[in-house]
Amino acid sequence: MHDYLYIAGALAVAVAITVVLRATPFVVKKTIDQAPLLIDLGRWMPLGAIAILACYCLTRIDYLGNNHGLPQLIGVAVTVTIHLWRRNAVLSILTGSIACILLMNTPLV
Amino acid sequence: MSEAATAPVGRAPDLRAAAQHAGVIWLGLFALGIGFGVVVTSHGFPWWLAPVISGLMFAGSVEFILVGMLAAGAPIAAIALTTFLINSRHLFYGLSFPLHRVNGRLAKAYSVFALCDEAYALTTSKDPKTLTSRRILWTQLGLHGSWAIGALAGGIVGATLLGGLEGLDFILTALFIVLTIDAYRATRDNLTLAVATGAGVVAFVLAPGSMLLVAMAIFTATLVSRHLLSRRN
Repeated sequence: MHDYLYIAGALAVAVAITVVLRATPFVVKKTIDQAPLLIDLGRWMPLGAIAILACYCLTRIDYLGNNHGLPQLIGVAVTVTIHLWRRNAVLSILTGSIACILLMNTPLV
Repeated sequence: MSEAATAPVGRAPDLRAAAQHAGVIWLGLFALGIGFGVVVTSHGFPWWLAPVISGLMFAGSVEFILVGMLAAGAPIAAIALTTFLINSRHLFYGLSFPLHRVNGRLAKAYSVFALCDEAYALTTSKDPKTLTSRRILWTQLGLHGSWAIGALAGGIVGATLLGGLEGLDFILTALFIVLTIDAYRATRDNLTLAVATGAGVVAFVLAPGSMLLVAMAIFTATLVSRHLLSRRN
């Protein structure tokens, strides 16, 4: 049984933070435009934050299990290859994921 | 639907324009939404929680992480900090999003609420003058709806058909890899990529249990130093 009060509370907090983050630049546009630190952070943060999330996902793969993370690594290779080739985010994500999921659920690997 | 203010070409020209431009992304979000719904149910949550989270929150990457944290019973403070760090990039979307093209307070409020990565990318890649208020709103509604309906489908199907399927959370890995490649393409910023990867490795070695927070903290501290150094020179 889940604690729905906890889930509702956590969700409300996460939604509130997301909305405030999205609304803030419209409210303080001039301040952000004139704050050099924020301009620099705005330039560097998006790539860095996403790259860290990608690293985080790669460290969560179980490399010591019986398939040594091979399905995921092949999935990563497929995702990167398709993305460099076709530059279509959705296509890359779907083909990479399907490759990984197929490999994970077939007894051959 | 009320009458379109602009000269209509056929019925609902703005919906058509939005669908032509964003339709593939709508389909993609629908597919990712299914993945999200399955991930939610595979963590032992009921099917309806997936569309509820997707409808209320509409921030895909955080949602995948949130589900894992909810299942583990993470403290709300940790969830708040993680949401803030992952979504902090949204602080900068508003600087170039054409909100001035959206008419009406309620519509503007929705537009800000639904300003996800895809909405930002789809609208800022066009000349703002060519975007009507309705077209922007349809684009966002399409994204939001596809994501939530996908999550609903995934929640329902996931509980019955795909329950035993392993590896669905790889969708998140693939999503972040693709977003990293796209962000790198847009900036060609080797230093930032190196610093972020380094922060990730150091955090994983020092604190594997709270790698994400430690890595973001190291990365942000490095950026502030970099800013101070570059301004001094």
